[in-house]
Parts: sequence; C-alpha cells; structure tokens
Amino acid sequence: MDLVEYQGKQYFARYGIPVSDGRVADTVEEAVAAAGEIGYPVVVKAQVQVGGRGKAGGVKLAADEIETRHYASEILGLAIGGHKVRRLWVESATDIAAEYYASFTLDRAAKKHVAIVSARGGIDIEQVAATDPQAIVSMHVDPLDGLDHDAARQLAGRAGLDPRAVEQVAAVLVDLYRCYVEGDADLVEINPLVLTAGGQVLALDAKVTLDDDAAFRHPEWSALEEIGDVDPRERLARERGLQYIGLDGSVGIIANGAGLAMSTLDVVNQVGGGAANFLDIGGGANADVMADALEVINTDPNVQVILVNIFGGIVRCDDVARGILRAIEEVKLSSPIVLRLDGTNSTEARKILDDRRPAGVIPELSMISAAKRAVEIAGERR
Amino acid sequence: MSIFVDESTRVIVLGLTGSQGRFHGLRNRDYGTKVVAGVTPGKGGQDVEGIPVYDTVAQALSREGADAAFVVVPPRAASEAILDCAAAGVGLVVCITEHIPAKDEALVAARLRREFPRTRLIGPNCPGVISPGRCNIGITAGDIALGGGPVGIVSRSGTLTYQALHELSRKGIGQTTCVGIGGDPVPGTTFVDVLEAFQADEETQAVMMIGEIGGDGEERAADYIAAHMTKPVVAYIAGVTAPEGRRMGHAGAIVSGSKGTAKAKIEALVGAGVVVGQNPTEAGELMVDVVRRLKDARS
Repeated sequence: MDLVEYQGKQYFARYGIPVSDGRVADTVEEAVAAAGEIGYPVVVKAQVQVGGRGKAGGVKLAADEIETRHYASEILGLAIGGHKVRRLWVESATDIAAEYYASFTLDRAAKKHVAIVSARGGIDIEQVAATDPQAIVSMHVDPLDGLDHDAARQLAGRAGLDPRAVEQVAAVLVDLYRCYVEGDADLVEINPLVLTAGGQVLALDAKVTLDDDAAFRHPEWSALEEIGDVDPRERLARERGLQYIGLDGSVGIIANGAGLAMSTLDVVNQVGGGAANFLDIGGGANADVMADALEVINTDPNVQVILVNIFGGIVRCDDVARGILRAIEEVKLSSPIVLRLDGTNSTEARKILDDRRPAGVIPELSMISAAKRAVEIAGERR
Repeated sequence: MSIFVDESTRVIVLGLTGSQGRFHGLRNRDYGTKVVAGVTPGKGGQDVEGIPVYDTVAQALSREGADAAFVVVPPRAASEAILDCAAAGVGLVVCITEHIPAKDEALVAARLRREFPRTRLIGPNCPGVISPGRCNIGITAGDIALGGGPVGIVSRSGTLTYQALHELSRKGIGQTTCVGIGGDPVPGTTFVDVLEAFQADEETQAVMMIGEIGGDGEERAADYIAAHMTKPVVAYIAGVTAPEGRRMGHAGAIVSGSKGTAKAKIEALVGAGVVVGQNPTEAGELMVDVVRRLKDARS
C-alpha cells in the first residue's frame, strides 16, 4: 500500500523523524482554519499518489488567509496525473537552505537493505542517477547488523552535505531505517530532506510503501484511509481478496498465478486483442474464488468475452470447473467464457464440464488457441 | 544427473499434518519421492498415511535421516521453519509459502548467509523442484514433467513453470531438473545459482529460462550467460504488455522506469546470445529447434 504525503509524515513522526507542523483539510474552510492554527506563511499541498505535484500546480505557498482560500479552492478538485485532489495537507512553510535526498529499500541482488543519500534532492532521483551518478552515495545494511549512528554519519559525510547537516541527517537515517524495518515498509523515501536557513534538518516530503504481507502484525494499518480515486472494479476485487488491475481492452482475463496472468495478457495482445484486466486468482483458489472472480469481471461493461486460463498446481482444476458452474447459476454472466484448463485434476474437470455442457462455456486445449478464440468472439460481439 | 535433488534424496515435510502439506506431501510420495517424515510441533508420534510425524526437525533427522526439507507452513511460521531446518543441517530447503513479509525474508537470507552457508533455500513462494522420474519436492503436478533430459528449466513464476514443463513434454522433450525459484523480493536461490548448476551438470544440454517483469534477476542472468554459459539458453519473459508502475501480483513484479521492464530484460538476454520466445509456446518450439541441432551436431 502506498501512503500519501501526510500519512507518510505521520508514519515518520512515530519514529522520531522531524516533520513540519501540519493539518489535513478536505474543504477550503478547513484549510483556512488549519492555516490559522499553524500560523502563516503556510504551504497548501495536494494529497495525491503521483509525483510532479508542484509542476501541476498542486503545491502553493500562502502568506495569509486570502491566499490560503484562493489556493485551497484552486487545488481541491484539480486533476493531477489522472487523480482528482480531494484532500489537502496544510503545513508550516520552511525557509530552505539546501535540499537533500534519503531513502531505504531492498537490494534484491545483494539480499540486503540499501540506504541511498544524495546532496541533490528536490528533483527526480532517477534523473540525478542518469545525469550525475557521482552525486548519489549508497550503502548496504545487513539486516543482522542494522544501522548505527557511526555508519550513518559516514554515509552522510560521503554525500557532501553541508557540514551543519551531517549529524542531524545521520540521526534521521537511523530513525528512517527503524521506520523501514519495524514499520515493514518496502520503501521509505524523503525527497527533499531539507536543511532550513536556521540549520535544522526536516523531512519536507514523504514517500512510504507498506508491505501488505506484513499487515498481520500492524493492526494500526487498518485505520489508514485510501486516498484518491480507486477503480470500483479494483475495490470490489480487493474486498474479495483478488489481485485485480483494470485495463481498457475487451477480453476479461482470469488466470492463476501472476506469471501466467501476465503471460495471458501478452498472448491476447499478440493475437490482436486487448485485455480488459489482469486478475490473478492466486495459488490457493477454489470454487468460491472462481465465482468471485467471474462476478468482478462481469461488472466491467467493456468485457465482451472472459478468458479463463488455469494451470493447476495447488489449484485443482475440478474445483475451478465447479466454481464456473456455480457462478453461471448464481451470477447472470453477460459474456461467454473461453476456458483452458491444464494440470492438477484437469481430467476430472473436463469430465465435470462434459457431463454438464454449460451454455456459454467454450473449452480450448491450449493457451494460444484459447486466446485466439476469445479475441475472435470479442470482435464478433462488438 | 540432475541438480539439487535425485532419486536418493530423503525429504521431511514441515506442515505435513496441515491440509496443504498433507495433499502435496502425499502427492510427492506417490510420485516416488522418498518422503521420510513430517514435522509439526505438538504432533510428534502421529503419522500421516504411514509417514511418521515428529515434533522437531532435529528429531526427524536423527530418526529418519534426511537431506532435504519441504516447508508448507503459514507465512508467520515460515521463517522459523526454514531456519530450524538450516540449524539442523538440512542441505536443501524448499519453501512454497506465499506472503512472507519482505523483512522476514531478508533476515532469513542474512542468517543463511552468515550462519548456515551450506543450506540452499529454494523459494519462498515457489512451486519447488522436480527431477522427472526421480524426485518431486513441491506443488508441481508430476505428470506434466517428462524425464530423460536434455533440458533444464528455471523459472521465477509458479504456473508458468508448469506451462514450460507442459510445452516441452508434449513436444517429447524431456527435462533433467525443473527449478521454480519463486517471485518474491528475496529468493533463496537465484537464476544465476541455477544456471551455474545446469552449466556444471553433464546431463543438461540446454536451458529454458522463464522470467517476468520487475527486479534485475534476468539481467544478471544475462551477464552470467554471456560470460560463462556454453550451453544454449531459450527464454520467455512474461509481462511485455504490463502497464508500467503497477504491481501485478508478485512482490517482485514492480515495473518502474526502464529497468525491470520486459523489454529491457529481453534486450539483455538477446545481447547474451539467448533465444527469446514471444510466448511460452513459441519458447517451446524454439527449444525443439535447439535440441534438434544438438542431436545433429552429435551424430
């Protein structure tokens, strides 16, 4: 789960990372009240999960109430990268002397955590990496050793920061590492991490991606609100515990396993069609999950045909077949199903389908023939 | 020869008394794998269809003798189960558990590296390892594999591993060993580890590699292939049409910018002399050509 800026800052603050005083505001009046409490000048910031907010006009400095009112009404409802702004974060303005960058994530190849620091913050770090790689320093952290202040100070020292900032940045790094590990984040990023004119180090932005697999040990995560637009199909899928991503083609796709689902998308594309979605029913799918998946796809008006591509491992094909039969009875499907089943108990599955011969279910023997058939049907029905 | 497992491999199953462990543990035994014991704390003394169950890994090992473990336990218990096996001296641990927190995986990797360097972990979140006709540890349906070689398979995805086995078997091409390394952020065994083993394995003459978007394991594999592999490699990379910046199920499958995209991976592999198929079926057909050429060269 990706947090928006203010949620990330609240997450940071729990681990002692210094952030500006701020308030959430969903209306112009709330923004004005927040600014009054904090004291002028303030920065009014759009809370959306996309980068480039500043360029899109989603971040404004307000000197007084009139400006706050003006900018808050301008930013609320603004569309940034396809996301409509519904919430603002109003915070105390900062007099910036220097902008840095700091993050922790996993280096998969090294199987260790990695700290990344740069004296060139405030801009896209990938751009810095491409044009000025010398400006970025990094260090592996072995999870068994953790990160101590000395190692953090060395890293900060190598980054070529203002000498006034080094000790404070080292302290931020130690706290940020704790936030990353104990907070079970896949990524924690501060860009910019600023040095104020008064010599204080402050996290001026926050990017935090939480590891959904660790939710069981973070009951507090359930209180985090989903900010911004969520595709209603994705919302329904999530409620049913399915991995779903909405796309814009006409072939609805259900497969088991992320790899096979991605591959199914590729093959549909190669035979001239377009996928309406990515849907992985996962490793432990049974009849219920299959019925849920069909119901989710059935809500998509773009779908002309549903391609079900299952290779049974843990998933048993006979369960999948029973799920399809039940879904056909319970949900009125508006599209035919092209079905390819292979692997565990596929013979039993074929027998179940042969016995019942359900209308609107077209069996195919291979992934490619199934994709071709589905794309043909989608073309005919359009 | 096969890699990592063979007909003499003795396997204990952690979680044999659970529904998943029972289903797959017994299926592995039916396939002919020497499943010698189960381990479930508190259930020592029971048996599952004649397979004795012990409370601890150490007990199971001292009584039955085993060199491999199959870990089928929930994500909260998986890290400890893997490390228990390593501490008891098990050389090969296959973990199929999905949804283990990334921090736990990183910690397991660090402890294996420092304290138990002789233990190889395959997975987590993987289908396991099968050497057709000899040994099957994991969740792969044994009947889709065909023995006799000459192809080794390594794959990051579960169901695509089955698809790859199926494509080769139905074309009459046997496999030496098929290793599913799993799609998680911290795989115990990497593409490069498996490629090294296949390169060293006499029976394996060609390798089928199945990758997907996210991470840089395929790019690293390409570097290894260019520098060290003399055996032909055919690859397929899933996710050519995946939208950027969206997660597609696997924690490992995150596309950001150009690095980690299918396009970048395919370019790296082609640059290393790998033949890349556009889909699993085409990759299978390309392997048919490779195997035919190998046979022609020998005759």
